[in-house]
Amino acid sequence: MAATDTSHPDYFHKVVDCQWACPAHTDVPEYIRLIAQGRFTDAYLVNRRSNVFPGILGRVCDRPCEPACRRGRVEEKPVAICRLKRVAADHKDEFRDRLPAVPAQKNGKRIACIGAGCASLTVANDLMPLGYEVTIFEQFAVAGGLMRTNIPSFRLPGSVIDEEIAAIVDMGVDLKLGHRIESMRKLLEEGGFDAVFVGSGAPKGKELNLPGRQEGGANIHIGITWLESIAFEHIKTVGENVLIIGVGNTAMDCCRSSLRLGAKSVKVMARKPRQFFKASEWELEDAEAESVEIVINRSPKSFVVEGGKLKGMMFDVMEYEVDARGRITAEHVTAEEFLPADDVILAIGQENAFPWIERDLGIEFDKWEVPKVDPVTHESTRKGVFFGGDAAFGPKNIIWSVEHGHQAAISIHQHCMDKPVAERLPPGVNLQSRKMGMHEWSYNNDYSGIERRLVPHVSLKERFKKIDIEVELGFTAEQAAAEVQRCLNCDVQTVFDAKLCIECDACIDICPVDCLTMTPDGDEADLRTRLKAPAKNITQALYVSAPLKHTGRVMVKDEDVCVHCGLCAERCPTAAWDMQKSWVKWPHAADQPAAAPVAATQEASR
Amino acid sequence: MTYIPKPKIAHPSLPRNELGLTRRDYEGSLSTLCAGCGHDSITAAIIEASWGISLRPENLVKLSGIGCSSKTTAYFVGGAHGFNSVHGRMPSIAMGANAANRDLYYIGISGDGDSLSIGLGQFCHAIRRNLDMLYIIENNGVYGLTKGQFSASADIGTKAKKGEVNQQPPIDPVLLAMNLGAGFVARSFSGDKKQLVPLIQAGLEYPGFALIDVLSPCVTFNDHEGSTKSYQFTREHYEPVVEADFVPFQREISTDYGAGEAVPVMLHDGSRVVLRKLAEDYDPTDAHAAYDYVQQHIAKGEYLTGLLHCRPTTDTEFHALNRTPEQPLNQLPFGKLVPGAKALDKVLARYR
Ligand SMILES: Cc1cc2nc3c(=O)[nH]c(=O)nc-3n(C[C@H](O)[C@H](O)[C@H](O)COP(=O)(O)OP(=O)(O)OC[C@H]3O[C@@H](n4cnc5c(N)ncnc54)[C@H](O)[C@@H]3O)c2cc1C
Ligand SMILES: Cc1ncc(C[n+]2csc(CCOP(=O)(O)OP(=O)(O)O)c2C)c(N)n1
Ligand code: SF4
Ligand code: SF4
Ligand code: SF4
Ligand SMILES: [Mg+2]
Repeated sequence: MAATDTSHPDYFHKVVDCQWACPAHTDVPEYIRLIAQGRFTDAYLVNRRSNVFPGILGRVCDRPCEPACRRGRVEEKPVAICRLKRVAADHKDEFRDRLPAVPAQKNGKRIACIGAGCASLTVANDLMPLGYEVTIFEQFAVAGGLMRTNIPSFRLPGSVIDEEIAAIVDMGVDLKLGHRIESMRKLLEEGGFDAVFVGSGAPKGKELNLPGRQEGGANIHIGITWLESIAFEHIKTVGENVLIIGVGNTAMDCCRSSLRLGAKSVKVMARKPRQFFKASEWELEDAEAESVEIVINRSPKSFVVEGGKLKGMMFDVMEYEVDARGRITAEHVTAEEFLPADDVILAIGQENAFPWIERDLGIEFDKWEVPKVDPVTHESTRKGVFFGGDAAFGPKNIIWSVEHGHQAAISIHQHCMDKPVAERLPPGVNLQSRKMGMHEWSYNNDYSGIERRLVPHVSLKERFKKIDIEVELGFTAEQAAAEVQRCLNCDVQTVFDAKLCIECDACIDICPVDCLTMTPDGDEADLRTRLKAPAKNITQALYVSAPLKHTGRVMVKDEDVCVHCGLCAERCPTAAWDMQKSWVKWPHAADQPAAAPVAATQEASR
Repeated sequence: MTYIPKPKIAHPSLPRNELGLTRRDYEGSLSTLCAGCGHDSITAAIIEASWGISLRPENLVKLSGIGCSSKTTAYFVGGAHGFNSVHGRMPSIAMGANAANRDLYYIGISGDGDSLSIGLGQFCHAIRRNLDMLYIIENNGVYGLTKGQFSASADIGTKAKKGEVNQQPPIDPVLLAMNLGAGFVARSFSGDKKQLVPLIQAGLEYPGFALIDVLSPCVTFNDHEGSTKSYQFTREHYEPVVEADFVPFQREISTDYGAGEAVPVMLHDGSRVVLRKLAEDYDPTDAHAAYDYVQQHIAKGEYLTGLLHCRPTTDTEFHALNRTPEQPLNQLPFGKLVPGAKALDKVLARYR
């Protein structure tokens, strides 16, 4: 197989599984090392460069990085990446003076952002330091979008949102609160903006039109609207018996909110068995810890209303046939069941809705009323109008919205500088050796066998007393100090120079996890079966060298479970292996060569 | 060497042997040899081999003399017994231990200095007595531990690190062992585990004296240009002539060995060593023919490798010849082990 082209920026980036999985490509191992050194502000800034809201995300991120974490393949549980982010945010010092400076002299370009959610805020964060004048229009009297109105304060305190939004708004953003955009035409024609970013989210909760829906309407609520009313304190109580329909993350927030509004019995009703649930495992655990009952195989049939008052719901009891690959092949109704309820909350999904965008502006929508948006540039079919966050491709999560914001900001910058929006700086990687001297490496390469630490929670007795008591307390100092040691430093890469190798086998013999093999070359499928430990995880690359000098064999490294201990490099007599830190350069608007009028790069101090 | 211990973490799919142990369970303590030393690769081969035949760590005895090579007994099978003797005297210890307990596996690790310089006499007698052991010489042509002086295996014309040229003829342990009647004589290379691992397994199982001379470059003092024991020189001049496969007795010989070219050599427990000749004009079971063949190639500057000579049974079995007790001494009842003054009187009476 051809020697691996490690100059391709994706190669080493992929080795850092968490960074690759993070939509915003946060340099996770770097910030974890900074936390280990007690450099919390630096760790915060490394985060902020990529994900903009480390304090928020350190509490509520969907954390796609954690299932990807290599530690989860080496032992059972991944590193608590997300909770360590919170450690950085909780312990940071003043950081605002280290954000990129915003020029007093503006570049004369005006940008409108619709909605003050995380997507629009990211656009403002990226464009303000380049001299743009950014106006954000928000229909509500507060900024933050769903982070504010839907994610309950017992998971995400308002003060954390306030601080991170202020860091952006205080750059000089013109935030127009209580200002709903009712007509896109008007904004485009009269607003005088050079570009418009639509970050209005996916605000429409899905309906469940079953018999009794109208009659029982007073006690049947749409989940996201209901949560919003709680956030704005329009709703302060709920009945004793509550049924939640649906088992996604919104359902989890609804059931836990119900308990805090006085419900005595809360059941989450799922149509299918647990392996088909959409909610994250940790959200399910948190709900179950609070005695929420999750009932499987119940398909809603009708709302039961007596004398104009909701009494409960009728369900079909379901049975499923599942094939070897875990897919449902058939379903049967085996019985009917009535469950009493004072209130029912529908948490079965959200959709985009753009009643305020006229359909003759050149902004095209598909047959599901979803806007046609370029997945890379985020531009709509009308030049100068961009979509991001939940508004672009339907509901996702905060970290995706942030990355959309970054990408849209690049496009807006290109657009305003009269450059093609598709012309974007490609990603890159820098490498730097971590060798300090004999047996000395400038990273902590000792493997720590310690197990994942558990975040302490407020006791079950205390937490329901008020609706905004944050349940998670965050790691203690001791826990954080232990947890950081679990990170394998996957960004400290094993880099091989075939010219130097004398084929002594030292690296192969010392590697604790049998990653390395010297063997006659072959195609990838064949090589994978001939390694010291068969390389069965095909999502992980083989690092194949050029032919070796003495025998013409190749050095093959299976990246899968390398613990980055550095022993191969430590043992190599000729330094054919070296341990080198990779810096993934994931470009943002400030990095574009579009000759930023007043460019200031946002670089965390290292 | 490294100060960083190998972490106690292993590949999740690491296979287990019949005893439920992984290869990692056969490791020893942290090696203090130079990074890249051939001896460390031999250590890794011994680990692999012992794991592969499901050797019980407590059934292995590791013996050695003095030298970098002799230090390596600490680096494999931590659960085994061990004895580091004085320089060149490992065979004496091996013989005593072997006589006292024939149930254990004996592996002696020595260097070219330890066996061919100071310990040559002991080495020869170990062969002559046909000790039931595997004897590995980790051969690098120098005294590594004392900073690289030529040893008795240094070839004529080979250069020391500072340029000095060796003019004395080498002693070749393979020829010597064949000459003295050893029944299992092999040569291999630290950089060829595919060859070395089955040789070690066969050597451990072989009933009688088994020698493996392993070319094992000293990366610090003898891996330069002009050396005939460097990695590069060894790779250019070594030539496998017989492949040996060790077949444990439960397993059938696989049919890929075409009859005729494959010569199975039965061992005492029903296992066998299957020899496959790579050179047609070579008969590894005939001691005289093998001797001549190897010698001719040495004259041409070629290191033949593989199981160069293997005889099916040994006619001069050590324990039979010396009438050692079948039961290990530590298991004999006290009365039998120490028969008392009366028994002594009886023995002495024979000489009166
Ligand atoms: C209950 C619930 C829990 C969630 N929990 C998590 C979680 O734990 N972790 C996670 O990562 N994600 C979570 N999400 C998803 C996450 O909140 C969203 O993906 C994210 O907020 C989307 O950001 P956005 O900027 O695209 O839009 P939004 O956050 O929806 O912001 C859009 C903003 O635009 C405003 N707006 C809309 N239309 C107009 C208009 N015409 N004029 C002016 N303003 C307008 C809205 O008022 C709103 O403030 C959750 C979602 C829900 C519903
Ligand atoms: C009786 C005695 N004489 C000399 C020495 C010094 N000495 C230590 S190791 C060694 C040579 C070892 O050479 P070798 O057996 O080839 O081992 P290597 O280090 O090359 O593996 C010598 C001469 C000694 N330790 N004891
Ligand atoms: S860093 Fe080197 S020795 Fe350590 S696990 Fe990775 S490949 Fe193996
Ligand atoms: S330790 Fe270095 S020289 Fe030896 S085989 Fe490995 S890469 Fe090659
Ligand atoms: S001196 Fe030579 S023989 Fe001794 S450990 Fe170093 S490389 Fe090996
Ligand atoms: Mg030596």
